[in-house]
Amino acid sequence: MSLAKSPWIIHVNCNSCNGCDIEVVACLTPLYDAERFGVINIGTPKQADIMVVTGSVNYKNVNVLKNLYNQIPDPKVVLAVGACASTGGIFHDCYNVVGGVDQVIPVDAYVPGCCPRPEAILDGVVAALSILENKKKGNIKGKEVKLKGNEVPSNA
Amino acid sequence: MNDILTIILVLIGAPILGCLASGIDRKLTARLQGRVGPPLLQPYYDVRKLLSKDNIVVNPSQNFYVIVYLAFIILSLLMLVFKQDFLMIIFVYTVASVALVVGGMSTGSPYARIGSSREIMAILSYEPVLILYALAIYLLTGTFKLSALLDASSPLLMYTPLIFIAMIVVLNIKLKKSPFDYSTSHHGHQELIKGMTTEYGGPGFATIEIAHFYEYVFLTGLIFLFWASAPVIGVLIGIIAYLLVIVIDNITARVYWQWMLKLSWTILLVISLVNIAFLYVSGVKLI
Ligand code: SF4
Repeated sequence: MSLAKSPWIIHVNCNSCNGCDIEVVACLTPLYDAERFGVINIGTPKQADIMVVTGSVNYKNVNVLKNLYNQIPDPKVVLAVGACASTGGIFHDCYNVVGGVDQVIPVDAYVPGCCPRPEAILDGVVAALSILENKKKGNIKGKEVKLKGNEVPSNA
Repeated sequence: MNDILTIILVLIGAPILGCLASGIDRKLTARLQGRVGPPLLQPYYDVRKLLSKDNIVVNPSQNFYVIVYLAFIILSLLMLVFKQDFLMIIFVYTVASVALVVGGMSTGSPYARIGSSREIMAILSYEPVLILYALAIYLLTGTFKLSALLDASSPLLMYTPLIFIAMIVVLNIKLKKSPFDYSTSHHGHQELIKGMTTEYGGPGFATIEIAHFYEYVFLTGLIFLFWASAPVIGVLIGIIAYLLVIVIDNITARVYWQWMLKLSWTILLVISLVNIAFLYVSGVKLI
C-alpha cells in the first residue's frame, strides 16, 4: 500500500496543444486538490512514480521522452492523457508526428478525451496506482528503451 | 545506562516528532490555501514509498554524502540533547549542511549546482547570526556549555530579544521556507526542479527527508534554548516559532538570494550586535 498513498507524478508535455496541460494543472488547484491523495507534481523524473504524458510524440522529442522514461526509478507507470497521447489524435497525420506515446514507451493506462476533464485525469491516476502496486508485487521492471536517432517505428 | 536510553529515545522519537511537524506544515499550508490537504502522516507515507523504490544515482559518492548529512544532523541533535559545547554543535551542524551541498555539486547536474550554490549563500548568511547567538550564551553564562543554561536564574530570552528575532529568520532560512526557499523548492509547491536534491531519488532522497525530520527537531531545539530553565515554556516557544515560520512561508513570495544576504548581513547582524553590545556593557550574568 505504500506506493498508493503517495503517488508523485511527472508531467511531460510532448507536443501538446496545451489543452490537456491546463487540465492536468487544474487537478492541482484547490478545487480538485490532488494533494489530499498524496499526489505531488514533482519536477524531476528521479523522484517520480507516474509519468503523465500529454500530446502526441514527434521526431524532435522522441529521445527526450525516452530519456525521461529511463530516468524514473522502478516501479513506474506511464499514463497517456488525452486523445493525442493515446493515438496521435488530430495530429496523427502530420508529417513530423510519430503517433501516440505507446509507439515509443510502454503505456499502462490511457485517459481518453480532448481534452479530458480533471475528474477523468484523477481517475486515470487512481487506475495507474493499482497497476503500480501490481508491478511492485510482481517485481516488474520498466523496460529500458534505447535512445536512437529519428527512427520511424515499424508500425507507423 | 541512562545515557544509552536517552540516545535511543532521541534516535526514535526525533524523526516521529519531525514527521508530525512536517505533516502539520503541509496540512496547515493546505488549509490556508482553502484545500483539504494530505493526511497528517503523509510525510511518513512518502518516506516509506521512497525507501521501496530503486536507487538511481548519477555517481556513487552521492550516497556517501547523504549518509554524512544524516549522521552529522543526528550527531548535532545528540550533542544538543546532552547539553554539550554550543560552538561545537554549530560546527558539527555546518558540516552536515556542507555535506548536502557537496552531494548536490557532485552530480554535475546544472539544476543541482544552482541549488547548491544558493544553499552556500544561505549558509553564508545565517552562520554569523548563529555564532553571535553562541557569543550571547557565553557572555551570559561564562561558558559555551549548554548545561549552564539549565540552572540559569532567569531565561535567556529576557536579555536576548533581538537575537531571538534574528533566530526566527534563521529558522526560516534553515527550514528552506518562503521567502528563502530557493535552494530547494518546498514540498507540494509544484515546481520545475528541486534544487540541490534534484538528482536524488528513491532511498537516497528518503535519507534526506529523514535527516530533515531530525533537523526540524534540532532547529526548534535551538529556539527552546531561549527558555531552557523552564522546559514547558521552552517547548511552547519552539512550537510557536515553528508555526510562525509556516505562516510566514504562506504569506510571502520567494526573494532573490541577494535580498536575503542583504537582510541577514545588515539588519540581522546589526540587531544581534546591538544585543551583544548591550550584554557586554551591562555585564549581566545569569549564573
Ligand atoms: S487531446 Fe485535445 S486538448 Fe489534448 S493535446 Fe490533443 S488536441 Fe490538445
